[in-house]
Amino acid sequence: MSNFLNNSEIVNSSSDINGIFPRELEDEAIYILREVASQFEKPAILFSGGKDSITVVRLAEKAFYPGKIPFKLLHVDTGHNFPETIEYRDWLVNKLGLELHVRYVEDSIKQGKVKEESGKYASRNAAQTVTLLDAIEEFKFDACIGGARRDEEKARAKERIFSVRDDFGQWNAKKQRPELFDMLNGRIEIGENVRVFPISNWTELDVWNYIKEEKLRIPSIYFTHDRMVFDRDGLIWADSEFINKSEDEIPYSTKVRFRTVGDMTCTAAVASEADNLDDVISEILSAKISERGARIDDKRSEAAMEKRKQAGYF
Amino acid sequence: MDILRIATAGSVDDGKSTLIGRLLYETNSITGDKIEALEAASKRKGLNFLDLSLLTDGLIAEREQGITIDVAHIYFSTPKRKYIIADTPGHFEYTRNMVTGASNTSVSIILIDARNGVVEQTKRHFYISSMLRIKNIIVAVNKMDLVNYSKERFEEIKTEFSKLAEHVSFTGQTIQFIPISSLYGENLVKKSSETPWFEGNSLLETLENLDNQVNPISHLPARFPVQVVVRPKTEEFHDYRGYGGKIASGSFVVGDLVEALPSGQISKIKSIEKFGKNLEIAHARESVVITLEDDIDISRGNMIVKVGQQPEAKKELEAKICWLDSHSLRVGKTYLLQHGINRVKAKVNSINSMVDIKNMTLDTEPSHDGGIKLNEIGWVSIKTSSPIYADKYNENSTNGAFILIDEISNSTVGVGFVE
Ligand SMILES: Nc1nc2c(ncn2[C@@H]2O[C@H](COP(=O)(O)OP(=O)(O)O)[C@@H](O)[C@H]2O)c(=O)[nH]1
Ligand SMILES: [Mg+2]
Repeated sequence: MSNFLNNSEIVNSSSDINGIFPRELEDEAIYILREVASQFEKPAILFSGGKDSITVVRLAEKAFYPGKIPFKLLHVDTGHNFPETIEYRDWLVNKLGLELHVRYVEDSIKQGKVKEESGKYASRNAAQTVTLLDAIEEFKFDACIGGARRDEEKARAKERIFSVRDDFGQWNAKKQRPELFDMLNGRIEIGENVRVFPISNWTELDVWNYIKEEKLRIPSIYFTHDRMVFDRDGLIWADSEFINKSEDEIPYSTKVRFRTVGDMTCTAAVASEADNLDDVISEILSAKISERGARIDDKRSEAAMEKRKQAGYF
Repeated sequence: MDILRIATAGSVDDGKSTLIGRLLYETNSITGDKIEALEAASKRKGLNFLDLSLLTDGLIAEREQGITIDVAHIYFSTPKRKYIIADTPGHFEYTRNMVTGASNTSVSIILIDARNGVVEQTKRHFYISSMLRIKNIIVAVNKMDLVNYSKERFEEIKTEFSKLAEHVSFTGQTIQFIPISSLYGENLVKKSSETPWFEGNSLLETLENLDNQVNPISHLPARFPVQVVVRPKTEEFHDYRGYGGKIASGSFVVGDLVEALPSGQISKIKSIEKFGKNLEIAHARESVVITLEDDIDISRGNMIVKVGQQPEAKKELEAKICWLDSHSLRVGKTYLLQHGINRVKAKVNSINSMVDIKNMTLDTEPSHDGGIKLNEIGWVSIKTSSPIYADKYNENSTNGAFILIDEISNSTVGVGFVE
């Protein structure tokens, strides 16, 4: 059975790791994933190729071993991805023998379902939601597992583990189901779906410690590399054909890495020399800005996340 | 690293959100960009100080109304442990969200406004915390700055609360009192010079020193609810058949004689596995796969228990119920009862008494037509369509609770504690 450890001979378990990652979180996440497999007919993992969704796939691998992961993967492709993430995605899917569906924001735009944003801050982040909801309907997914964490953002801090969405994918924060102890209620009507967040209680640091202790491979953009970037609003932006630069925004090459991986139009880079996990972790420990501080999509307004979630974002 | 799960409770405006914000602030858990955002938001509100409650009130409606509507989960850590705090709403109408937030915690911080003393919500939240068997209660007497850090006022509130505890507390529960000011951070992280008369520790010191073995559930009778049957049917694992689940209580050792419920068939544990690695022993809260020596009939929702420690099969049970839905509980109506991961149909046969929180009494002749309304607590007799294998909540909390689900709305409408 192949797994996606770098060093595939080593199989870890809680009893032989004296690491600092709280293993209780892994037990909790595995429990949640097993509930998803049992309570739903067509569950899928929303896979972005970022560290959180990589962690979720790893947990799914562990939860059903030696059986196969009973979830399909869905990637909503904005067309503005870092090529390294796509490479990684295809490698992982192949390695674990998973079934991946990709749906393109580009297609939703062509079909006239959503308009391409224009201007300096144009991004396809909001448009993603339309493509996602269409894909959920197309494949009849009744549960979509995401790697969102409550520590990322304050609207997310309000989210349940099983978050019920109506026919239109909407989140109603005022009418969430009570969630008591670890009893999960995934009963829904046809047309509704549930977003599931197995790593709700993990922090950014927990995820990094887990990746380290599990020796997981991750996309190379999480480590330092030379890249053409430019400065805007106090953040370092990756230069790409998808971003409309003004004349005084002049690209230059420098050593950066990414702390979070959204698409190229909404993820800022950080100056870094970290080329291994230990260095990445110590950078996070001393960071002056939060993980989502490097997410340009969240900077739009104080309620940006809640509004996107109401519209069906995950 | 261990995790300490905490809930804050108390009436509206007692300072729960401010307390959490301050705790994060003083433990350097808030990054610069978040502080900047807070400054901007505080300014927009016309304040000349940092409103730390804005950190947790994450919903638009909450910020508009200046109240907490739903639970927010907040994270921080010290070198010693990781903390998860559930910031719960204080309003009576959102009690159900308070119950949700508190159900997974082992510490309850009950805030009291030093000016107001013990109020009805203090009683309700203390009652609910005790009903949930939360072992550590910290009574934080807040806004001490507004009563000149008066020792007399603090002692008065302490006496008042202790009187309440005579009715509500259970053996093994510890109650500690701390005078604080969330706004100014007094006695939160370090001991305050404003309260030289106070002999105890600051809030954070108290939390750091708490014994986290709150519930030694590993010593209870062993219960393993089966979530999934693992049958890979690959060449390599052709005849493999394992049972995946999270141990609810007790521990299992390879070689243990076990019984599968409800079939009653007996077998022996062949292996306990975690991602292909064999364990000799596994404890409560661990997610594992168990394989048995014999091929017996076990499916999802069944329970594997140790021989000699079998729970009683119950089709009729007495339970305390806290109602969480705006449609009242109706006697005779069929609900789905979910015990752990197992669902059966159930009917409430009778409501035997109702808890009167205001007066801390039990109404033993409640009117039956009223049912149990949102946020009310009652003692009921329930009948289920097939047996469940629950323990008494007071003896085994992870195997003694259940939820009720409305079959039409699919919502979780009540939570029950087996008596
Ligand atoms: N003077 C004083 N005011 C406080 C203190 N703690 C909180 N407050 C104020 O009380 C109000 C309610 O606080 P909040 O944290 O929102 O209360 P919650 O409803 O319990 O979450 C706010 O205006 C706070 O600034 C305190 O220790 N002293
Ligand atoms: Mg509050």
